[in-house]
Amino acid sequence: MSTTYKHAPGFISGDRPKIVTSRFEFEDSYTIERYLATDGYKGLRAALSRPANEIHDDVKSATVLGRGGAGFPAGTKWGLTPQQVWPRYLVVNGDESEPGTYKDRLLMERDPHQLIEGCLIACYAAGLSQCFLYIRGEMAVAQERVAAALNEAYAAGYVGKNILGSKFSVDIILHWGAGAYVVGEETALIESLEGNRGMPRLKPPFFPAVNGLYGQPTIVNNVETLANLPWLLCNGVAAYSAIGTKTSPGTRMVAVSGHVKRPGVFEIVNGTTTFRDLIFGEEFCGGIKNDNKLKAFVPGGGSAPWFTPDQLDLPFEASQVGPAGSMLGSGAVMVMDETTDIPAAALTLTHFYAHESCGKCTPCREGGTWLERILRRIVDGNGTDADLAQLLEVGAMICPGDFPHAANEKLGLSAVPFPYKMTTICFVGPSAFAPVHSALTLFRSEFESRVTKRVTIPVTAVAAMSSVLSNVVHS
Amino acid sequence: MSRLTEKNLVIAKEIIARYPRSKSALIPLLHLAQEQTGYISRDAMVHLGELVGVTSAEVYGTASFYEMFRFEPIGKYLINICGTMSCALMGAEELMHHAEKRLGVKAGGTTQDGLFTLAHAECQAACTEAPCLQVNYRYRLRVTATDLDNLIDDLQNGKLNDEIPAHGVLSKVRQLIPADRAVGAVDPELVTESPVWLNGKPAL
Repeated sequence: MSTTYKHAPGFISGDRPKIVTSRFEFEDSYTIERYLATDGYKGLRAALSRPANEIHDDVKSATVLGRGGAGFPAGTKWGLTPQQVWPRYLVVNGDESEPGTYKDRLLMERDPHQLIEGCLIACYAAGLSQCFLYIRGEMAVAQERVAAALNEAYAAGYVGKNILGSKFSVDIILHWGAGAYVVGEETALIESLEGNRGMPRLKPPFFPAVNGLYGQPTIVNNVETLANLPWLLCNGVAAYSAIGTKTSPGTRMVAVSGHVKRPGVFEIVNGTTTFRDLIFGEEFCGGIKNDNKLKAFVPGGGSAPWFTPDQLDLPFEASQVGPAGSMLGSGAVMVMDETTDIPAAALTLTHFYAHESCGKCTPCREGGTWLERILRRIVDGNGTDADLAQLLEVGAMICPGDFPHAANEKLGLSAVPFPYKMTTICFVGPSAFAPVHSALTLFRSEFESRVTKRVTIPVTAVAAMSSVLSNVVHS
Repeated sequence: MSRLTEKNLVIAKEIIARYPRSKSALIPLLHLAQEQTGYISRDAMVHLGELVGVTSAEVYGTASFYEMFRFEPIGKYLINICGTMSCALMGAEELMHHAEKRLGVKAGGTTQDGLFTLAHAECQAACTEAPCLQVNYRYRLRVTATDLDNLIDDLQNGKLNDEIPAHGVLSKVRQLIPADRAVGAVDPELVTESPVWLNGKPAL
């Protein structure tokens, strides 16, 4: 029933509706020949034969959700640009680097033409005059595949001047980064695209849709979001909405990694598939490695607060995962079994965010580093019980107020829903605290057994001792 | 002498022309400079500054933010072993220890023959295939200690020369925009009208 392909490492196919991964079964899926033989560029043709505003309305009524992390509907995002300010740009976010996330790279390596067609449809519908396709620096093969696909598409008249002989003209410029996680944040992405250090901008005023690249209205969309558009245009809004639920239509790509029998990337039906299906389902991961017990899992990339087996029956639906205290993020589930050293696992994630802090906001730059140092001290066996309180105190500086965490009746925890409250411009700072907070609230005993208890002297004893001492001094 | 060569200068100018503002081309140009010499020299940064119209200090300011840029020579093969969550759960630390022992250098170090630089890396977007590593940004997935030994042998014997270029070369394919198909950079100083296809009519 499920198939794996040698040429698409990690991807596991199944008997489920496919929107973005339909060509993965072909070894030559990245060539223009294969693309054209499998309905390629038909969505573009369908779009161009209708007025641009109708295409925008289609994307809006289909509720194509952003797949980058925030889950904001793409059609609504396109509509946020101010009236009569031109030109407008499209920036494609292919800087996939959230821990646990592995989907955009597959889409770029295995089906670059689908992404290119999606970019063209977005530019046509939203009136965007130039497109910049920003691929993460470390992804050399994705860059090669997209560059080759763009060369093919230019030669065949699908990109550039007067596309398919129409009045629609747009260039797609391949741009690539050089290694910085924070550049995945949309304003940092724009800074990087302008040739600067990739530090996020203050919002407001720099909401990209209003004031983005070169100060112009700019739409920043994720690779997977755009890859949905060709199918939508070919098959129509009704067919798209028929998959998934009303609030989360279509499919989404999810990577499940860590301690499972068969880790892999799946295209799942949005809104109805549950975490239990994903982790234990026979057509998905098939259970925990060595038939161990599930201890905890990260539901949506390294930044997301953790879930325990209590939340397994939640579906992939933002309106349910949010109130339960976490987020779906970028479609990355990381599974930890009973053998996992929880403080050490939290440390790897906190180290990641501390390392990737751009240094612009003090709470993140200093706080992230301190979280890592304190946590390392505990993991190495040099911590004291005061360190546990200190972790929470430092974290509270990065995220003032209640930090989101998952409900757990056994521990007496009621869910504090996402999102974070922040003292930083972007999410990197609070993300450093997410794993620490989850680990410490859900598995406090594992930390307590690692630290040395300080012996506290009762206040009365101190008073007695000081009077003895003062007598000694005076006499 | 590590300003851009004549050949690379032509490529650089073509890349700059794609952007409404030249400074946008800086990261692609830094990659070009790194491709030429394996690292980014001071001369290269001065040259890039001249090309995009900023000071060499600004070029360094941008370049030093990004991890992939190196400012001194490193090994011909940069081995980045991922150590983030999924890889850590699946044994990345043991893999790193093995690599350190095999190559005789600590993470961050370069072997005496100048062939290998070993480094810790953060999430490489291959989490289901943990533990993973990249050699000059080409993936190796579900790597065991034996796989790593074989990889190092193959690199030493030049068996992977076709697949893995020397450090600095990233994408082996360049985007080429044919002059007769190019729209050209859309400069906000020059374009202030709405695109022609937004006239309420189909474009085709």
